[in-house]
Amino acid sequence: MEEQRDPNHPHICTIERVVDETPTVRTLYFHDPVLGKIGDVEPGNFAMVWIPGVNELPMSIMVSEKDDQAGFTVRKRGISSTGLYNLKVGDKIGVRGPYGNSFDIKDGKILLIGGGTGLVPLMRLITWSSGRNQITLLMGSKTKDEVFFEEIAKKLKQGMYAGHADLTIIPVTEDGSYGEKGYVTDVLEKLLEENKYDAIYTCGPELMMYKVVKLANEKGIFVQASLERMMKCGVGICGSCCVGQDLACRDGTVFDGEYLAKSSEFGHFQRTKSGILEKI
Amino acid sequence: MKPSLSTSIGSLTLERPTILASGILGISLDVFKRLHSAGAGAVVTKSLSKEPWEGYPNPTIFSVKGGGWINAVGLSNPGAENFAEMIRPNENVPIIVSLVGSVEEDFEFMIKKFQDCKVAAYELNLSCPHVAKVGLEVGDDTELVSKIVKKVKSMSDVPVIAKVGLGSTDYLKTVDAAVSAGADAITAINTIRAMAIDVEVERPILSNKIGGLSGTPIKPVALRCVYEISSKFDIPIFGCGGISTWEDAVEFILAGASAVQFGSVMGDHWDEVFSEINTGIEKFMERKGYSTIGEMIGRAKRS
Repeated sequence: MEEQRDPNHPHICTIERVVDETPTVRTLYFHDPVLGKIGDVEPGNFAMVWIPGVNELPMSIMVSEKDDQAGFTVRKRGISSTGLYNLKVGDKIGVRGPYGNSFDIKDGKILLIGGGTGLVPLMRLITWSSGRNQITLLMGSKTKDEVFFEEIAKKLKQGMYAGHADLTIIPVTEDGSYGEKGYVTDVLEKLLEENKYDAIYTCGPELMMYKVVKLANEKGIFVQASLERMMKCGVGICGSCCVGQDLACRDGTVFDGEYLAKSSEFGHFQRTKSGILEKI
Repeated sequence: MKPSLSTSIGSLTLERPTILASGILGISLDVFKRLHSAGAGAVVTKSLSKEPWEGYPNPTIFSVKGGGWINAVGLSNPGAENFAEMIRPNENVPIIVSLVGSVEEDFEFMIKKFQDCKVAAYELNLSCPHVAKVGLEVGDDTELVSKIVKKVKSMSDVPVIAKVGLGSTDYLKTVDAAVSAGADAITAINTIRAMAIDVEVERPILSNKIGGLSGTPIKPVALRCVYEISSKFDIPIFGCGGISTWEDAVEFILAGASAVQFGSVMGDHWDEVFSEINTGIEKFMERKGYSTIGEMIGRAKRS
């Protein structure tokens, strides 16, 4: 065991493995006895990830098959995410955390709806609900090239990360090039007509989550969404990530659908680096 | 009878002496309301500038091994105009608006934006240690301090507070300039210029390399400053720097502070810290037989 470390000070970790998930998405696995314990990091938790010389980003913590290893799944977009994306095996990053709350996993039949890198906390959620829940996973992407984590989901089903999971995997592509055709929310509507679920958990683009929360609320199904906001401190002191009276870093990132339905910001506004509310 | 936590700073009376310090959380009225309900006597906004500022890239905040925090957020803020619009619906939260600028005209421009807002006081940030041409660089120029304080005083009918820090000019000279120019109160102190280097990657951790140290390590320094100011000047003081318990708060009051500001402590304990400190002060007062905060202010200076 390493000595007790300060969760708010960057802890330096080394990249051990890089996996290309799609032409623009990579998972970087790193050695860390703290973030690498599946049972110690809750689904929904995130870390602040320092890419020395580039920036520090809030990232959901990806599970790894290997003990004492965790990952960050990043899509290259701006300078910072591309800086993380371009790291190689042997490169060093600093991590703070884990931060934030987690999904409240109900018993019974649960439905997970993820879009893009929003699938990361849902993968962890599956490890936490293995042997407990009957799980359906909807994985949304634009085209076949953008589908990822299906192999990991299959391994989760076989119990290679945690126990065997009672898991149904449904890939959905907007152009129909793989799996079901359409938006995940279209497939969700169909599923809700034919099945009864005890809870729905979602993470991904906010407009997708907005629709998911709306549909679940209409049916009276317990729903939670994990929100992404501009983050600087991660610990509730800078205020950058506030959503109404709450802070995504401290009160979230997971919020109940009932609460989100009353929010004037969810699905509509997020704050810029200077703190101005702008349309999503 | 229960002791009263009420305290007065010039014409401003606060129900409780515990105040959210500037730079912490202050960009949303909803958050201010939440903290006020949680027990904050007042909240100080993030320092506002004429135009919106993005601040520095991350890393901007981290804790220091052994205690305290270092930050160089870079005064990110939505700008005076956007901010004024955001707090315009405010009714009952005592909001102290913090302003940062380089010249008198910056402050004049910003005060005008708040003319139709309910503002409890203005706090002039003369002490941010990590942004060029504002903050400490202004605080170090006592002539400029005098001009800015006079300008803001001439435009405002609420108390004007000068927030000082440890720059290259003796901070007591800055206090003197502010007091002579008519400031109604002093906030002491701001964060202290600091940095940290990670030995594995051999780089400063902050993107700005240098930032300000806050939290428990600076408390004894801040306390000394409050004690010195209250010994030399007859002016209400907001004690600020590393306060995390009721005992810290009482120390500052005994040193001469009329109220205390804090924020870094919220990195460890969130909004419950306001009621914890308020309750602690109240119990102390009961035990010691004090009925008002005023009776305790500066008591440690007695011969």
